[in-house]
Amino acid sequence: MRHILSVLVRNHAGVLSHVAGLFTRRSYNIESLVAGETEDPDISRITIVVAGDERVLEQVSKQLGKLVDVISVSDLKYDRAVTRELSIITVKSTAKTRYEIIEIAEVFGAKVVDMSEKTITIEITGEERVIKNVVNLLRPFGIEEMARTGLIALGLKSPS
Amino acid sequence: MTGSQIFLESLLKEGVQHIFGFPGASILGIYDLLLDCPIKHILVRHEQGAIHAADGYARAIGKPGVCLVTSGPGATNIVTGLANAYMDSIPVVAFTGQVPTSMIGNDAFQEADIVGITRSITKYNYLVRDVKDLSRIIREAFHIASTGRPGPVLVDLPKDVLLDKCDLCFPEKVEIRGYKPTYKGHPRQVSAAAKLINEAKRPVVYAGGGVIISGASDELTNLVNKGHIPVTSTLMGLGGISSLNPYFLGMMGMHGTKYANLAITECDLLIAVGSRFDDRVTGRLDKFAPKATYIHIDIDPTAISKNIRVHVPIVGDAKDILASLVKEIEPVDRSQWLERIEGWKKESPLEYKFSRDVIKPQYVVEQIYEITKDRPTVIATEVGQHQMWVAHYYKFTIPRSLITSGGLGTMGFGFPAAIGAQVARPDALVIDVAGDGSFQMVSQELATAVQHNLPVKVIILNNQYLGMVRQWQDLFMKKRYSGTCMECAPDFVKLAEAYGAVGLRAERPEEVRGVIEEAISNNKPVLVDVRVAREENVLPMVPAGAGIEEMMLP
Repeated sequence: MRHILSVLVRNHAGVLSHVAGLFTRRSYNIESLVAGETEDPDISRITIVVAGDERVLEQVSKQLGKLVDVISVSDLKYDRAVTRELSIITVKSTAKTRYEIIEIAEVFGAKVVDMSEKTITIEITGEERVIKNVVNLLRPFGIEEMARTGLIALGLKSPS
Repeated sequence: MTGSQIFLESLLKEGVQHIFGFPGASILGIYDLLLDCPIKHILVRHEQGAIHAADGYARAIGKPGVCLVTSGPGATNIVTGLANAYMDSIPVVAFTGQVPTSMIGNDAFQEADIVGITRSITKYNYLVRDVKDLSRIIREAFHIASTGRPGPVLVDLPKDVLLDKCDLCFPEKVEIRGYKPTYKGHPRQVSAAAKLINEAKRPVVYAGGGVIISGASDELTNLVNKGHIPVTSTLMGLGGISSLNPYFLGMMGMHGTKYANLAITECDLLIAVGSRFDDRVTGRLDKFAPKATYIHIDIDPTAISKNIRVHVPIVGDAKDILASLVKEIEPVDRSQWLERIEGWKKESPLEYKFSRDVIKPQYVVEQIYEITKDRPTVIATEVGQHQMWVAHYYKFTIPRSLITSGGLGTMGFGFPAAIGAQVARPDALVIDVAGDGSFQMVSQELATAVQHNLPVKVIILNNQYLGMVRQWQDLFMKKRYSGTCMECAPDFVKLAEAYGAVGLRAERPEEVRGVIEEAISNNKPVLVDVRVAREENVLPMVPAGAGIEEMMLP
């Protein structure tokens, strides 16, 4: 099972390595980890996507909670959270394929942010599923470079 | 005030009376001020000794022990001691020197990233980057070390921070967002546990070191006495309930008594208090208390359901929770269950074969107990066979009378820890029961004991082997004694004398008692070399990976 852990931490040097260290010790593979400031500059939110054994995850969550710098840990459910990821993808292009690529980008609401004779760079934001889809569609043209932010998420407040 | 002044002022405000340390360039300023400071500095001979002594000090009186070392090698030399304190939940505050902030990360002389190195073996650690934060950090360090589940905290002090100046503003209150240990057990959980206890036919209490940390001995004693509940203990829990209590079954686990382990295997309710289901205690997990419902009382929520799913967890302080439980339980008649356990006790008692020709190590421990039982005594141990014999044959009756490295199993811990304990409790008789292998890891601390007039007694059960490893080689490696023979060792009597301590030796069973009595009556540090049977094994024993009822007996 994949989980999104949303961890609020005190904004300190070393917190990130402490948090990441817990996962490595229990050989828990982190799919993505994103850290950034929250509305309170003293507090950061670390969003971690992990997959693995439920019991170990429960243990890791508890151990996270035990860290002095960690304020709270919540296990967000996919269907009860807003999740977003940003990707920047540079695709090989020729005069022939250029418009086809732009068309794909447009369908998904992606923006073209750079263009050269041989490449197009597009930026896409969305749920992971959307990004995967775009990547799959662009792959045949040849992806030259790609950067992904990893997932950020917040729990839904509206009633289900 | 300079950072160094703020440092010592803050320690004084924390009530620190002793520092175990070793100086160096980065903390020169602090050492200069120490000459005129009421805090007593105990100079060790190796930083490892400083951290273990601070640990032993904390175990002996329950107050945080303080250790001060320099940057780089000074700091890395305390790593084992920090891990040791972390595993056994001991409040220690370690201060390390550091190169000036501008040079951190440049591979400067005597620089080590000690905050990075110790992140996973401290409860928390700090690198002080601004002198304005120093007194607050010290306040927080002591608070974190000694509250909730205690543990070591490290504070790294760059040289420039110690030279910088600012006003002292020592905060009265500590406010750390996200750090709020739970002390009070949930009343509903307590009632659920009491109900299970009242309904149980064959309950057993499995008490750990948490009972001692929490100061819950009286409450635990009331619980077992009122409920007629047999109680066993881990190594860390010894002394948490008196070994003379009729409900006490001795230690459980890999080297537990057969009857304690059988009681666990057959019980219908296991009440774990301040213990963490360590692998040396449980053996094979699926064979551990297979018929039981579990209650687990612990202040650390991560200890709960870590290795074994528990049915009724109660997070909080053992003292508070046990006191509430005692009120809610009823004095149920459990004579049938107790008689059954009594039968196992008769069938397989804890025993060894006495010899008139060679000194049996168990006999030495029995004699130490007989001689010291009526006076305030703290027994420290190293790690290995002698440690288990102490656990078996010394009858601990009060908390904090045993100081031993349980979780990490650190050889060379006992002697410096005994030095720390002696500093903490100057009136107590402090004995380190040692193995010849362990003692040789820290023998230089004899100089510390002599310099500071700390009359610690070290009794070496000398078998000229790394006995516990040899035992495993004997049992599981066809007696191929690889790397375990230590026939080449110093003459311990001469070694003690070389340091200005007293050296004594016993070679025959009839000499043991007299030599121990002589050692104890001497008010100097004494090293006793007891030549024991070389290939005696610690039994009972559960082989690694077996269920705890599958014991090898003598």
